[in-house]
Amino acid sequence: MPIELNDQNFQEQIKDFRGVALVDFWAVWCGPCKMQGPIVEELAKELAGNSKIRIAKVNVDENQVTANEHEIMSIPTLKIFKNGQPVEELIGLQNKDALLKIINKHLA
Amino acid sequence: MPDKQYDVVVVGGGPAGLSAAIYTCRRALKTIIVSRDVGGQAAMTDEIENYPGFESVGGMELTEKFKKQAMNFGSDWLFAEVVGLKKRENIFQVELGDKSIIEAKAVILAFGLSPRNLEVPGEKELTGKGVSYCATCDGPLYKNKNVVVIGGGNAALDAAEYLSKVAQKVYMILRGDKFRGEQILVDQVRAAGNVEIIFNATTSVIKGEKRVEALVYKTNNDQEKEIAVSGIFIEIGHIANTRWLEGVVELNDRKEVIISRDCESSLPGVFAAGDISEITYKQVVISAGEGAKAALQAYRYLQGNKPVLPDWTPKKIRS
Repeated sequence: MPIELNDQNFQEQIKDFRGVALVDFWAVWCGPCKMQGPIVEELAKELAGNSKIRIAKVNVDENQVTANEHEIMSIPTLKIFKNGQPVEELIGLQNKDALLKIINKHLA
Repeated sequence: MPDKQYDVVVVGGGPAGLSAAIYTCRRALKTIIVSRDVGGQAAMTDEIENYPGFESVGGMELTEKFKKQAMNFGSDWLFAEVVGLKKRENIFQVELGDKSIIEAKAVILAFGLSPRNLEVPGEKELTGKGVSYCATCDGPLYKNKNVVVIGGGNAALDAAEYLSKVAQKVYMILRGDKFRGEQILVDQVRAAGNVEIIFNATTSVIKGEKRVEALVYKTNNDQEKEIAVSGIFIEIGHIANTRWLEGVVELNDRKEVIISRDCESSLPGVFAAGDISEITYKQVVISAGEGAKAALQAYRYLQGNKPVLPDWTPKKIRS
């Protein structure tokens, strides 16, 4: 399962993480987020064994400090972090293969 | 070499495409749905109250049921964009956004309509950074901010009414001098108190560095005015995104796919169903029906055009 992030643990889980992290910014009211959720879950399951990869999600409604800091203006937004730094941002529904490709690109 | 081979590729995962896949799978045709999303425009609809069998159902909930049914009957699914279609002898090559190819013996086009763009500088660059085509998706992210809705039809009025409850101030920009939507919606918007309506105005530029900061519009007498906003909701209708089909199948003047009574396009083996076809009424129940028709006609085509038996077994009448 993806790690559940919040305003309190974002620093520790993402910014201090050495490796590639994917964060799914979502909310309950958003239709496309409901489609993105299961895709991100599948991804988390598939990559569970890899300590260099972290898959996480954050509810923008409940964690507005984090949402504001990352200037989330549309959801779903997926952000890729490498060694705690944002390196890529994807807006709108993304398929699993595309996400895998991007994660692998930043791992290399 | 193709990356994948199927009997039928269904392009689009809304009511027409999902219904088509249910029917092709029940005819034991190896089927894949290629779509950018699940449910299309229907999934973005809050409540659907005119789909028989459901007194009221969320658009997402209903289309998820369609999808589950298609998958249970054996359909494959791929989240991708289709960018090209070619016929080589009797095989179709469906080209995807990443250049990979899916081959199929028949193709059903069912990808619906796409939101119409404004086509002004800044729009593309700031999409997802303040420019939005879905008020119910992104609206809550604009709590206590200033936003603008572009358009004057029902969708624009709906968006403005919804946003008036979330945002601090809502501007509405209309090209004409009156609304084109239902009076009840106009009244709701006028009653909202924090909605400023600007008639006879044409958007010229969307400004912003990393996110939307302002919108510039032109008035009737060519004056340029600027309003500071964080969000721009574009609700100016929908268009058929069929440029990649030009020269492949015949399109009407609205760029919709021209079809026969049985959903055949001008190119044998290619069928079209739902909003992307030239049918007059864009409704979930109609699209679902059209999808079924296209699927049965595709099956017939693949059987060498022999008549198709119905997809049900009549109950035996006891004497």
